[in-house]
Amino acid sequence: MATILAVDDSASMRQMVTFTLKGAGYQVTEAADGQEALTKAKSQQFDLIITDVNMPVMDGITFIRNLRGEANYKFIPMLMLTTESGMDKKQEGKAAGATGWIVKPFNPDQLLNTVKKVLG
Amino acid sequence: MSIDLEQFHETFYEESFEGLDIMESGLLELEQGEVDLENINTIFRSAHSIKGGSGTFGFTAVAEFTHDMETLLDQMRNGERSVSVPVVNTLLSSVDVLRNMLNAIRDGSEIDADNVAEMTSAIKSILGEEDNAPVSSEVEKSELVAKGWIVHFTPHLDIMKTGNDTVRLLRELNSLAESAEVVVDNSSLPPLSELDPEDCHQSWCINLTGNDVNEESIREVFAWVDDECDLKIEPLVDENSYAGPERRDVEDTDRRTKVPERRATERRTGKTTESSSIRVNISKVDELINMVGELVITQSMLSRFGELDEFNDNTLDRLKDGLAQLEGHTRELQESVMRIRMMPISFAFQRFPRLVHDLSATFDKKIELIVTGETTELDKTVLEKIGDPLVHLVRNSLDHGIESPADRVKAGKSETGVIELSAFHQGGNIIIQIKDDGAGLNTQKILSKAKEKGLVASDERLMDESIHDLIFRPGFSTADVVSDVSGRGVGMDVVRRNIRELGGAVEVKSTPGKGSVFTIRLPLTLAILDGQLVGIGEETYILPVISIIESLQVKTENINAVAGNAEVYRLRDEYIPIVRLYQVFGIKPISTDLESGLLVVVEAEGKKIAIYVDDLLGQQQVVIKSLETNFRKIEGLSGATILGDGTVALIIDIAGLIDLYQKDMASIVVPIKGAAA
Repeated sequence: MATILAVDDSASMRQMVTFTLKGAGYQVTEAADGQEALTKAKSQQFDLIITDVNMPVMDGITFIRNLRGEANYKFIPMLMLTTESGMDKKQEGKAAGATGWIVKPFNPDQLLNTVKKVLG
Repeated sequence: MSIDLEQFHETFYEESFEGLDIMESGLLELEQGEVDLENINTIFRSAHSIKGGSGTFGFTAVAEFTHDMETLLDQMRNGERSVSVPVVNTLLSSVDVLRNMLNAIRDGSEIDADNVAEMTSAIKSILGEEDNAPVSSEVEKSELVAKGWIVHFTPHLDIMKTGNDTVRLLRELNSLAESAEVVVDNSSLPPLSELDPEDCHQSWCINLTGNDVNEESIREVFAWVDDECDLKIEPLVDENSYAGPERRDVEDTDRRTKVPERRATERRTGKTTESSSIRVNISKVDELINMVGELVITQSMLSRFGELDEFNDNTLDRLKDGLAQLEGHTRELQESVMRIRMMPISFAFQRFPRLVHDLSATFDKKIELIVTGETTELDKTVLEKIGDPLVHLVRNSLDHGIESPADRVKAGKSETGVIELSAFHQGGNIIIQIKDDGAGLNTQKILSKAKEKGLVASDERLMDESIHDLIFRPGFSTADVVSDVSGRGVGMDVVRRNIRELGGAVEVKSTPGKGSVFTIRLPLTLAILDGQLVGIGEETYILPVISIIESLQVKTENINAVAGNAEVYRLRDEYIPIVRLYQVFGIKPISTDLESGLLVVVEAEGKKIAIYVDDLLGQQQVVIKSLETNFRKIEGLSGATILGDGTVALIIDIAGLIDLYQKDMASIVVPIKGAAA
């Protein structure tokens, strides 16, 4: 089953994302900021990255830019969790190498649908 | 698949309240002029998380409200808006509103809509979009439904480099329509030798047919790659249908972000405001597990002795060793468990910068707040209950203690008053001090007020300390004018009562012109106490070791009888009232002759008494059981415990006992210090 790295500084969002994805049978690893996520992604291969944008220590866009530079993650889908107001963030994220985005607020079904789509 | 989002609510509340605290302290720092970007960023992130979470968990009102705050903060963070006092104040008030909203939601009560509306318009007016009502979420829907669509999809070379996959897009497109016809254009494929497999050279033309497909959903499929491909969508022309619209900007896709209709209720009932969960550092839990492991090992070692038929010296020694280990482990385990309940006092202190900020504006005073010892840890229950008394004391210092800037200058002090809030450990207790450099307590005013209220007899003469202590008496308030801050029906007597309920004590020391210090002494924990067991008749009572100054044998020549039937004991230069515990509790003692028993000198709230007991037994840690929950409250007792032999022993509340004694001896309120006969 696919492995997913879920990155968010908000514990409740992380819980929700993890719970939803695990419920659908995915293996999920959590990280609370970009730096932690980067370390985890380098030590283990993930099939999909879902990351929040605004986080302390290292934000999601920097994280994506860094991870996209890794040979193992050249084509791995990376989704940002962003708010509807953040069109410029979406562009910034795309420029950094994000595959796409999931717009907050989202519900578990929307999340699952998107993940299924991306992972095929 | 339906997932009950409610299970995440508690975490959401917790982190949101934390976020609000972070925002508040961040904003207060901003106000002090340190505009650093990281700070604004931190505030922004907190607002952002609350907004994201509340939207996701269905608290639409909170999400909407936070949205405007976030916009404002975003402008500040991008340098589009300067940090000004009015803006910061508006944000601070918004934090309050938000906190109230979250509290209301958690407790299942009504959100104060007027308040929210007022704050929303305050923020909007700063943003300059007063009537620019919330961007109408009903973006007009493209009702256009054609028989089908022709989609020309020409990805750019590097589309794969963001992890996008053209096959996925085609598959998704296919799932929209009843049938799809895909034609691939390979014409721009370079010869194999020149082909970079990471580039995408193909393009596609897709004919989608089906009645339910609209342009919007097709665009949605390509939303992520809008700027990485050329996309042309044309309707399959049908005589009745509307001629194809021009391409629209893909911003439309934002529409799918729309919150679907939520279950309307944001309510929960039966929730109390005090948080019932506690965050524990993993290392503390590991420590516990480790201790339990040790305990299991000791237990298995000891259980072997149960199988022995008889003991010899050797096995007996080992049994003793084992028991000693068991005792050590039990104590360590107990301490580890206690540590789990310990939290830094910063949880109680963090609201004060804000409080002082608001109040100094209300009173038009200049105040600097100095907080030290925030990392001092104390029991969670104590921590939760000490908040209100602390707030009262700080308000009090601000209102009554610190003088107005003009008066301060007149008195030769700096315009800015200083309030110091500090916490530290002292001999197994937690001490919290609230210190101000104000005018100090007005002894004359207090005394005349107390006489006026009949708290002391009009001809009574009191030491300064005793007069200061009067402010803790019920029905006493020194404010000339009852302001909305200090005259809220909560007096210092309530402060003292609340602190006593926590097993603590509060006292005040004041120097005219220099200021006052309120000292709160709290036990580390409510659950366990170091106790001195004392025997009276056949009963065993427990005195908190912490209150004991010394124990002594009575010398008859040091006993003095004073007015009424009161006795005092002269200890060095001090006269200390003797309290015969058997009289207070109506027990038959072994002896009523002072010389055959012992006196235990104890102190609480700066007052001393000598308790007469038959015998001192041992000292041990006792687990405190509440009398109120198991029996009823009794004056002079703070609880009970069960001793090793299974009997119940009552724990003396020293401060309460002193009160009780003073009530009995109303005529001799306080022994006069240093006035040796």
